Amino acid sequence: MTRAPVLTFTENGIYCAAGDFYIDPWRPVARALITHGHADHARDGMGSYLATDAALPVMRHRLGEIDAEGIAYGEQRQIGGATVSYHPAGHVPGSAQIRVEVAGEVWVASGDYKVIDDGMSEPFEPVKCHHFITESTFGLPVFRWAPQADVAADLNAWWARCAAEGKTAFLGAYSLGKAQRLLSMLAPEVGPILTHTAVENTNAVLRGQGITLPDTTLVTPELNPKDHPGALVLAPPSALGSQWARRFGAQESAFASGWMALRGVRRRRAGDRGFVISDHADWDGLLWAIRETGAENIYVTHGYTDIFTRYLNDQGWNAQVVPTQFDSDGGDSE
Amino acid sequence: MKDFAALFNAVDQTTKTTIKIASLAEYFTTAEETDRLWTVALFSGRRPKRAVTTTKLREWASEASGVPLWLFEDSYAIVGDLAETIALVLPPVDSDDTGTLTSWINALRGLKEEDDAARKSFVLSAWQQLGGTERFLFNKLITGGFRIGISQKLMTRALSRATGKPEPEMAHRLMGNWHPDDVTWHSLIEAEDASADASRPYPFYLAYALEDGPEALGDPTEWRAEWKWDGIRGQLILRDGDYFVWSRGEELMTDRFPELARAADHMPPGTVLDGELLVWQPGADFPSSFNALQARIGRKTVPKKLLAEAPVILHAYDMLEWQGEDIRHRPFAERRALLEEASADLPADAPIRLSPQHRFTDWSELAALRETAREAQAEGLMLKRADSPYLSGRKKGDWWKWKLDPLTIDAVMIYAQSGSGRRANLFTDFTFAVWNGNDLVPFTKAYSGLTDAEFRSITAWVRKNTLQRFGPVRQVTPHHVFEIAFEGIQPSPRHKSGVALRFPRMLRWRKDKPLQEANTLDDLKEMLRIYG
Repeated sequence: MTRAPVLTFTENGIYCAAGDFYIDPWRPVARALITHGHADHARDGMGSYLATDAALPVMRHRLGEIDAEGIAYGEQRQIGGATVSYHPAGHVPGSAQIRVEVAGEVWVASGDYKVIDDGMSEPFEPVKCHHFITESTFGLPVFRWAPQADVAADLNAWWARCAAEGKTAFLGAYSLGKAQRLLSMLAPEVGPILTHTAVENTNAVLRGQGITLPDTTLVTPELNPKDHPGALVLAPPSALGSQWARRFGAQESAFASGWMALRGVRRRRAGDRGFVISDHADWDGLLWAIRETGAENIYVTHGYTDIFTRYLNDQGWNAQVVPTQFDSDGGDSE
Repeated sequence: MKDFAALFNAVDQTTKTTIKIASLAEYFTTAEETDRLWTVALFSGRRPKRAVTTTKLREWASEASGVPLWLFEDSYAIVGDLAETIALVLPPVDSDDTGTLTSWINALRGLKEEDDAARKSFVLSAWQQLGGTERFLFNKLITGGFRIGISQKLMTRALSRATGKPEPEMAHRLMGNWHPDDVTWHSLIEAEDASADASRPYPFYLAYALEDGPEALGDPTEWRAEWKWDGIRGQLILRDGDYFVWSRGEELMTDRFPELARAADHMPPGTVLDGELLVWQPGADFPSSFNALQARIGRKTVPKKLLAEAPVILHAYDMLEWQGEDIRHRPFAERRALLEEASADLPADAPIRLSPQHRFTDWSELAALRETAREAQAEGLMLKRADSPYLSGRKKGDWWKWKLDPLTIDAVMIYAQSGSGRRANLFTDFTFAVWNGNDLVPFTKAYSGLTDAEFRSITAWVRKNTLQRFGPVRQVTPHHVFEIAFEGIQPSPRHKSGVALRFPRMLRWRKDKPLQEANTLDDLKEMLRIYG
């Protein structure tokens, strides 16, 4: 006898019939379990939200008045016929994989994840399961991340050279998660760190929940760039090269993203430098994570789904592509 | 190869031309002379003879990385560069490189004498020894194609800075058939009397497009006008009893156009002409369409039948050398007078034709003439300043192409494919269709014309509206209408629609236009009737 699957893939998103809830739904539903606060996972208009305690402040900041409840990592909660718990995904602070168990069958929806410890997000924990839903944003063997300390050294050397040449260093990165991770990698002795409003707003939220970040100064219209020689400005990618950036005079620009591993993409962004730093798992990271779950059935979303799925099937897993409406755009969110 | 890798990184990690030139000039002053020479050669598209096939490279890279060949190929399709794909899939190592650029190149060339096993073991050990940029550059030495944001112009400027010699002289020194085996840094770059090879062409002067009318160019009497016909830009060199034909891309095309050998019967040695290679039927008033020329382009040797069916002539519009003297500094009107004199007695069957000049007294007269360009099979007009010297490269001011507005048609996007290289994570290659009754008939592909923001937006849409996948190609819901611009239309039995377009591109994303209002196959056929 075959049972109905614990999780199914519907028009609204990932659905659990036993508990009558959705995971990261993209249309308004009564009950939403959210893996993390990025816009393509935590959307507006849900009847209620359940997310980790550490993810809630950012979600409230972004979504305003919502009916949201927090849950601790590892805490088990019964929702209808399903037992649910949240486990660190290592993607951004507060991000989680959601484990759902019904009658002994275990599914894990991992959201976005990375397997290396970035020093700020709760480090990824493999969760044993029968069915594992994985992303594949960087599911090609050309994506391999260098150790964070090596990238930090390159980044700070670049900043120091810009400062020595009297240029302002502009670093473009996604405002939630990536920007704060970069802050933690920067060497404050090189010079002052200035921030764009979008980045500083998220900084404030994360500082408010006890995450330590180096001192930053918000770029206001009144700020005089001359008062901040040798500065690094951290801003969303769209702000680079804009009117907003031009008043800083001589400058170099860099983007921080996993996509910077590809020369072609780096050149399209037309920045001077590209630092390969990602909050998603690289090729080896994806395969390690999948092996660690012990799952036989793998569902692949976001990214190079076809290729990655074919590889997993070749390697003996039972893998399939799951269509998604919030496919990674490969752009600023990474 | 450390110095070369450092140069590459310095140039690759900035978008600023001044920094690129400074880095290159520094390298051209300090690096070893053979390394400098090879660097100039590599950046101008010359490379050591390929000692290893790319098929073998792929196999070995797959084996050395443990990545199955199909996965390697899929990755390559996305990265868009074989050398880079190999460098990325192999396990990372710290570089341990003591060789110079020249020594690596010589080692690679030595492989020609070796068997496959020896080649493989050399390449595998190089991959283990070289990391990061050096591994990528090593692969590039084999695969060729150093497109790294260094144009010929930029390199010329850097060389000029490093040597103190003027840029136009540098540009000329770099032209033609030289190879690092046959020249030295001194003979190519520095020697006072560059006793150049007889085949060496002059750098081409390139025109800018005239976007608005010609009124801003000033007094019409200072300008000369000719038809602009669509062929292959070519330079015909007659020296020492030999003839050479060069393309604008500095490709020697002599063997492809044997009919031009007879040019030597009509013009003396020491003559260099600039013009357009066109298919021109005997007795015709106008050249044949570009399609006719296309049959000739790909052929390295030309069968007699094709030679008779599609005879090529040089449509000459400028003279760069006369009686062995470089006359590029003289005014265009003077060069033209010499060209006319030299062409005065050309018989009708000569493989050279003089490009006629149009008489006009004011701009409105010329504008009226331009409107008739399609009747003469022309794309528009060329405008040249009578007193201008023949410059090198694309410089604004003296030569303008004043083309007709392109033909346009509104079409429906039905397939999308992601790009590679710079466009690796975007859908950029689209297939378009027109209505035939209730069916959509595909008739062209187009890749360019949208902004990055538009490509991002259509990419997100494609992801959500994929109906079916055929490998990398996605069939999408017919929904978006685009205005497709093109330069010409020809019958084509190979295409389902029966037509082939020249230079199709996306002119506008017609978000205002409902699907049903896209053009029809009948509209397309009518365009073929009028303009084909």
